[in-house]
Amino acid sequence: MLKQTPLNAAHHAAGAKMVDFGGWDMPLHYGSQLGEHHKVRTDAGMFDVSHMQVVDLTGEGARAFLRQLMANNVDKITLPGKALYSCMLNEQGGVIDDLIIYFMREDWFRIVVNAGTAEKDLAWMDAQREKLASQLTLTPRRDLAMIAVQGPNARAKFWAAMPGSQDISQHLKPFQAAEMGTMFIARTGYTGEDGFEIMIPAKAAPFLWQALQEQGVAPIGLGARDTLRLEAGMNLYGQDMDENVSPLESGLAWTVDLASPRDFIGRQALTSQPVAHQLMGLLLTDKGVLRSHQKVVTAQGEGEITSGGFSPTLNQSIALARLPATIAAGDTVQVEIRGKLLNAKVVRYPFVRNGKAC
Amino acid sequence: MTIPADLKYTKSHEWVRLEADGSATVGITHHAQELLGDMVFVENPVVGRKLTQGEECAVVESVKAASDVYAPIAGEVIAANGDVESAPESINQDAYTAWLFKLKPASAADLGALLDAAAYQALVDSEAH
Repeated sequence: MLKQTPLNAAHHAAGAKMVDFGGWDMPLHYGSQLGEHHKVRTDAGMFDVSHMQVVDLTGEGARAFLRQLMANNVDKITLPGKALYSCMLNEQGGVIDDLIIYFMREDWFRIVVNAGTAEKDLAWMDAQREKLASQLTLTPRRDLAMIAVQGPNARAKFWAAMPGSQDISQHLKPFQAAEMGTMFIARTGYTGEDGFEIMIPAKAAPFLWQALQEQGVAPIGLGARDTLRLEAGMNLYGQDMDENVSPLESGLAWTVDLASPRDFIGRQALTSQPVAHQLMGLLLTDKGVLRSHQKVVTAQGEGEITSGGFSPTLNQSIALARLPATIAAGDTVQVEIRGKLLNAKVVRYPFVRNGKAC
Repeated sequence: MTIPADLKYTKSHEWVRLEADGSATVGITHHAQELLGDMVFVENPVVGRKLTQGEECAVVESVKAASDVYAPIAGEVIAANGDVESAPESINQDAYTAWLFKLKPASAADLGALLDAAAYQALVDSEAH
């Protein structure tokens, strides 16, 4: 039996093509994945991301615990509502998950983790809590749904759909959140566009969904979610990084804080391993479509595509690829597709930001 | 969408039309494009290539995945549709006019072994359950 979000009935009513996504019955698209992609880039779309897990960490000493648990430094977030993207590493320096931490109060941090890794994450966090800070409490918020509203018109349409929300959320900077009653409004997302991610009590979620729809916000499926995030150059857990690779070889060095003297879990392993690979962008210059796991052939050794697909904005195939560390942007490499070697150009990503090619 | 009665079909979701000049036009069905989603790439066999029945001979790729196209019957490729290669989305718009390639059948009798519209409809229905 697949798990259902509080918006499951709304997806079926909208004629969504549903798929099993890590044990969840989720919408792949509502008709046209390409149309949904463009809608987010040019106007506003909404995503049901209620399968993701919200976890509240509460108690005295929460910050000190997170300093040890997270590869990024929670001391960077001191303004209430401010968010930080971080990896949570194992002792070997592999990525258990990537997540967002919101600082609310010194005795309350909110963490949002991936759906597919939620149980594993909770088990790990709880084991560390037991060992390092047993006075803290971890509360998985299964009572909350989450809706992401993304696109150049997303914020205005959300404000129109939710009276009273503008005053509270219009001054939020990117990666900052505010509470509005039982609702939590964060200026974050996974598309490279402006917008909000809204956490809301499960029972209220269908009403917000409906109100957004009435403002002309289109429902967007997981298919477009993936092409949008790929264009935005955002990593996907399980494809671009996992427990067996270092974040330093996954394009995530910017999220690993080695400047502070913190002894976070995984630090020792990270600093004792050579960094032989890097994550770079690829633009396919020949015709075809790049897909994950395709082999990349370069003069400096082999690489592998971690995420690939067709970019609707660029009308060309793009990918993230793990390549030898000596490859530079501008180099031409070859990708093996069905026995043929096709040319691709190595580029820095993101590929698209705020509706425009980078 | 109704399945055209004048075409023949395969279990792997290709359609074939026998033309007046004896050639056979090949495409993928409406059902196939629905399963695959928005099309973004088509790779046709080169003209002159001789295909055996069931051979992988073309690739259609949607935003979702790559899918092989199999030769419904044996024959020699006599034309490839460049229009559909430059506008793969035409398959989504009308799968039965956006043909992929044409064959000169090795034996016209091979067409008789393919599914008719009713049999293909039954196949699609059975996949829905």
